Amino acid sequence: MKHAKTATQNACKLCNPLGACLAFRGIENCVPFLHGSQGCATYIRRYLISHYKEPIDIASSNFHEESAVFGGSHNLQVGLKNVTAQYKPEVIGIATTCLSETIGDDVPMILREYTKTYRNGSPMPIMIHASTPSYQGSHIDGFHAAVRATVETLAEKGERQNLVNMFPNMVSPADLRYLKEIFTDFRLPCMLLPDYSQTMDGGPWGEYHRIPPGGTPASAIANAGKATASIEFTSTLADSKSAAGYLEGAFGVPRHKLSLPIGIKESDKFFDLLETLTEQPRPEKYEDERRRLVDAYADGHKYVFEKKVILYGEEDLVVAMTAFLREIGMTPLLCASGGKSGQLKQRLIELIPDLEEQGIKVREGVDFMDIEDEAKVLKPDFLIGNSKGYTMSRKNNIPLLRIGFPIHDRFGGQRAHHIGYRGTQELFDRIVNTVIEQRQNASSIGYTYM
Amino acid sequence: MEHIGILEGREKQVFEKKGGIETSDIACETSSLSGSVSQRACVFCGSRVVLYPVADAIHIVHGPIGCAAYTWDIRGAVSSGPELHRLSFSTDLQEMDVIYGGEKKLYLSLIELIEQYKPKAAFIYSTCIVGLIGDDIDAVCKKVAAETGIPVLPVHSEGFKGTKKDGYKAACFALMKLIGTGSTEGISKQSINILGEFNLAGEAWIIRKYYERMGIEVVSTLTGDGRIDAVKRAHGASLNVVQCSGSMTSLAKDMEEKYGIPYIRVSYFGIEDMSKSLYDVALHFPEHPEIMEAAKQVVSEEVKKLYPELQKFKKALTGKKAAIYVGGAFKTFSLIKALRSIGMSVVLAGSQTGNKDDYRRLKEMCDEGTVIVDDSNPVELSKFILEKEADLLIGGVKERPIAFKLGIGFCDHNHERKIPLAGFVGMYNFALEVYQSVMSPVWQFAPRKGGNR
Repeated sequence: MKHAKTATQNACKLCNPLGACLAFRGIENCVPFLHGSQGCATYIRRYLISHYKEPIDIASSNFHEESAVFGGSHNLQVGLKNVTAQYKPEVIGIATTCLSETIGDDVPMILREYTKTYRNGSPMPIMIHASTPSYQGSHIDGFHAAVRATVETLAEKGERQNLVNMFPNMVSPADLRYLKEIFTDFRLPCMLLPDYSQTMDGGPWGEYHRIPPGGTPASAIANAGKATASIEFTSTLADSKSAAGYLEGAFGVPRHKLSLPIGIKESDKFFDLLETLTEQPRPEKYEDERRRLVDAYADGHKYVFEKKVILYGEEDLVVAMTAFLREIGMTPLLCASGGKSGQLKQRLIELIPDLEEQGIKVREGVDFMDIEDEAKVLKPDFLIGNSKGYTMSRKNNIPLLRIGFPIHDRFGGQRAHHIGYRGTQELFDRIVNTVIEQRQNASSIGYTYM
Repeated sequence: MEHIGILEGREKQVFEKKGGIETSDIACETSSLSGSVSQRACVFCGSRVVLYPVADAIHIVHGPIGCAAYTWDIRGAVSSGPELHRLSFSTDLQEMDVIYGGEKKLYLSLIELIEQYKPKAAFIYSTCIVGLIGDDIDAVCKKVAAETGIPVLPVHSEGFKGTKKDGYKAACFALMKLIGTGSTEGISKQSINILGEFNLAGEAWIIRKYYERMGIEVVSTLTGDGRIDAVKRAHGASLNVVQCSGSMTSLAKDMEEKYGIPYIRVSYFGIEDMSKSLYDVALHFPEHPEIMEAAKQVVSEEVKKLYPELQKFKKALTGKKAAIYVGGAFKTFSLIKALRSIGMSVVLAGSQTGNKDDYRRLKEMCDEGTVIVDDSNPVELSKFILEKEADLLIGGVKERPIAFKLGIGFCDHNHERKIPLAGFVGMYNFALEVYQSVMSPVWQFAPRKGGNR
């Protein structure tokens, strides 16, 4: 039966402010603040907590009826005052919801007014405002909007420094730690934004932390305009929405746009770039990682060759995963995303010029019912994407390999690697094991060597 | 350690029981302070919680995608049949819809979804933005109901129009429209509706069985394992038995007014309150002493099985301290008693939505030194957990990481739980879960305990 198309059924995306809250958690001493109803903050906290298993305080201006009628200025100001008193933040990251956007609150003006009223010589937190109406785009747009708003607010002009800005996209805390390690090993100073590697995957507390330790300091972000280069991992982000794009335009910081480095070829590009920027070869450790990965590809190639998958998630992740799957001989039957940048197909054609002849389908703006309809026809060997695909995975008896965000039904999503040689290695091992497990389960013999 | 103060404007919502001094009422039933990081949600959340388990209706969230995405299959409410409630439907409003209105999209969505799923009814939740752009969802619902022949019920749950409690009311209002539209033929005089029981992990089935063992007919469970046809004939019952009182008392009152059905408040948590909820129902049918006899029989059989089992836990847990922060205050009463029965004391008791009576009763019940809070936040909860040296926190998903970060046990007593905690068997599960969390050796590594170094 054809399914209803007008409504979105089992959405394959989340709303704009969620991404902004996550990005703001990657700034040191920063409290994310949602200008809207109480529920938005609470739901987003719940959703993030279920993946990251960390306390996540998100303040809300807590609209009520009068705010909706007369504007949210009063609530926003009271809210900022209370958050400042209770959390003593250095930075408050303010994201708007559909409600405050629709009534047309002029947030920058309210913030100016607030600063004037409450300054009184006492230190005032830095306030960053990202416009994130939920009726536009999805969570990934909010993520990028917050990153861009942060550099727009903080970056300063000055003499060039030996510094590279790294905009990693919405990767896992483990991926962020790996990036920091790479930069340290290259002895290349790096401004990583956002950096929630510790705030979203930290240690136990002996005492209560109003704001968990970790994140990129505002003072470091201020130097972003003085960097010698920016690297951003994205293939579908419009220049007008990119932080690196802004720094290039406003401060002449050269911008290097790479796809998320998943797979050997894309990881090579990233390491080649670091070699060029530092004028030195990559540390031996990464040659080793690469060698082990090539070796693993050889050991496992027969398991994965021409295995058919359906891939879904944020567009950049889908593009990067497609590149990886192609280099190990797997076939993505469908590359799908709930996002709608309009760029997905073009980027994939650049990777696979004969995409259409090969019958590889590309669909953007889909929900899980759309993907399920496709799955019934395409009959993939497995699905690759976040844990929200479990419903269709179970119903149609197709295994699901969980990557990205959210992972709500498995442990350790925040510690999963995706990028670089190390991330690719982990993904490859998991894919091969998925195939082996499938074969073992299907076998009547019960082989103990597979 | 840094001193943590109470936020200005919240002092009256926090109370510490000391030396029997008579104090004024705790402030409550106010909207959350802006910027306070309340653990509460919004009006929409209240409505969604109440109606969520109705399994043969479709639930459409009219608004941008977030509200539907964050409530997709998030609760442990199980169904014995259809499972439409586990799907997430949204009109996913885009910018153009916000500008030109979303009525047409809502209409088409409804017509198509009803065609595809053939539900018994449809609930349409209006979210913040719908309240602003002025979509006439009542008119759309009326039109679709006329065209499809099923009840299509608007639920006015714009997030900013009040608190979670107003959302409960909006949901009850929608249910009230269904009640009274079905036939009451064949319903026994000794019959009840179970209200405010959401069948998390099958709890409604456990409770229902106890009543059935007493010879009571359960006409309808609102809304656990809910069915539209059962809701429609709920007015045929002789008594409404209300659990989660915050959410469903308004429906019980409306049914009393309109259909003359009296109601009682009960709780199914802990031996004491579980037993009482059976006796109280039996008391309602004094002309049938056999019901009371049967109730006594149920209690005695169940307690005989349960009591020895609990002793192992009690032995280990005696002297341990608990902090409770849950949605409704009524549940805290039961939890305090349940914890006492396994040797634990309560050092913090709080709720998101308690009222003055609830807090007065809490003050009476609690031990000296216990802190009582209304609409608290992570900073305060952490402060009291540390100051009072709690060994366990009982709450929901948002409270869980606070406990684990600070190195204490946690019991999920909210809608996401997958293990039944209601009824006599639920008391066993509760004690087991508390025991497994509090007594785990992993806490020896918590910095608070010296980190085992």
